[in-house]
Amino acid sequence: MRDIAVVASMQRQEKSIDNESEVEYMVPLMHGVKESIGITQADVGFTCSGSSDFIAGQAFSFVMTVDGANPVPPISESHVEMDGAWALYEAWVKMQTGEIDIALIYGYSKSSGGSLRDVLATQMEPFYVAPLWPDAFAIEALAARQLIESGKVSLEQLAEIASRSRDHAATNPNAVRTTAKSVADIMAEAPLMDPLRPSDIPASADGGCALILAAGDRAKDLCERPAWIRGIDHRTDAHTLGVRDLTTSMSARIAGEKAGVGNDKVDFAELYAPFTTSEFILTEALGLGEDTVINPSGGTLGAHTMMASGLIRIAEAAQRITNGDGDRAVATAGSGPNLQQNLVCVLEGE
Amino acid sequence: MVSNDDGVLRAPLRLEYPFTRTTGQVVGGFLTGLREGMVLGAKRADGTVMCPPLEYDPITSDPLTELVEVGQSGTVTTWTWNGEPRAQQPFSQPFAWAMITLDGADTPMLHGVLVDGPDAMSTGMRVSLQWRNEREGHIADIAGFVPEEA
Repeated sequence: MRDIAVVASMQRQEKSIDNESEVEYMVPLMHGVKESIGITQADVGFTCSGSSDFIAGQAFSFVMTVDGANPVPPISESHVEMDGAWALYEAWVKMQTGEIDIALIYGYSKSSGGSLRDVLATQMEPFYVAPLWPDAFAIEALAARQLIESGKVSLEQLAEIASRSRDHAATNPNAVRTTAKSVADIMAEAPLMDPLRPSDIPASADGGCALILAAGDRAKDLCERPAWIRGIDHRTDAHTLGVRDLTTSMSARIAGEKAGVGNDKVDFAELYAPFTTSEFILTEALGLGEDTVINPSGGTLGAHTMMASGLIRIAEAAQRITNGDGDRAVATAGSGPNLQQNLVCVLEGE
Repeated sequence: MVSNDDGVLRAPLRLEYPFTRTTGQVVGGFLTGLREGMVLGAKRADGTVMCPPLEYDPITSDPLTELVEVGQSGTVTTWTWNGEPRAQQPFSQPFAWAMITLDGADTPMLHGVLVDGPDAMSTGMRVSLQWRNEREGHIADIAGFVPEEA
């Protein structure tokens, strides 16, 4: 395998970005991340993005953002209707061919214009489930009750996850839910979607992330301490809720094994865990122990930008490695109801 | 297209998705069953019954073709309370979402349980299907489930 690393990233997340379009707020990130390491679009061999027409409310909405990348003369470009982490995966595969050395990846969405929890009902099975319009919180609540009633996790443990995420988010300038709240205060919250409380659900945000991958010596030229991708894999569980055990994640477990999560210690993990319950499931599926700091950025409980949250997890983990805060990290991205699909990425510094 | 006196051509814009597709033998079989007041599941290679049925087994990828009728009562495996019906939901009152394993089936299906409040809900409770009067071959032909009478 060719050595490929994250060498730079830039993100923006706000509760609601009111007076700028997706393109308008992404252009400064797409160009800013290149400028931060002294490259231009001419140095980029492949540009790959992740976004959603369903959220933008417009067909081929990503084309306008590509126009903002300076695609003249013509560039090699691709788009996934998924979180930007899958755009990163596509770029990583393309870089393995040896044809290109540098890739620009970005993911974004502005979901504040609609009701994301309802829009997400459209991703459900189309004949038996989607016509009933179960919102995203209800679907996760079904899993949460099974987790609690099976004795795997308690409401107190979920409140601890929520409280710790808020503390971590307070140190993250891009987080939107940053006020501290004690476990006792979270335990006292009235359920929003029984048994899920307001602190158990994601902190929805508008925004995006742009990131640069570079191969081999180019990575070393561009970054003092690149975050090398040592393993990356993604797997999908069944779409049908009824045939899955909602209290575990087979896809995350297999992806974690393929990516080599357990081959060495993990200093910290940035998990795409929209709900406290998702974090519990992922921590268990990836076999992360108490010596691993979970979501030092506050995770998606601190700020959840649909279509970018997974890419942001990779960016956050990579930035900490580049800063020297640790040597080995795990980042995950997710998609679909109840963590249906999971991408696991292992990053290391030298 | 029409032209007014000012010479400007005008045409109505109808936002639509002008395609139809058939639902096939398995999904279509299930939906037709609903219209006829029956609930069908698909028999899997290991003898278990998946309800609602898919055209393939999500675990083994085997094609599934044999539909069998299952019961119209079942057991709640998990639930949550939907305090305020959301705009598009086919329920007019607050209700519980539940995963329900029908008698004779081995996998649970999602639907609403029509009770007055969350206190009336519990995992393991028995519920019975209520049909809508007018049925058209749609998952909402099932009006919801109600607690089974003792």
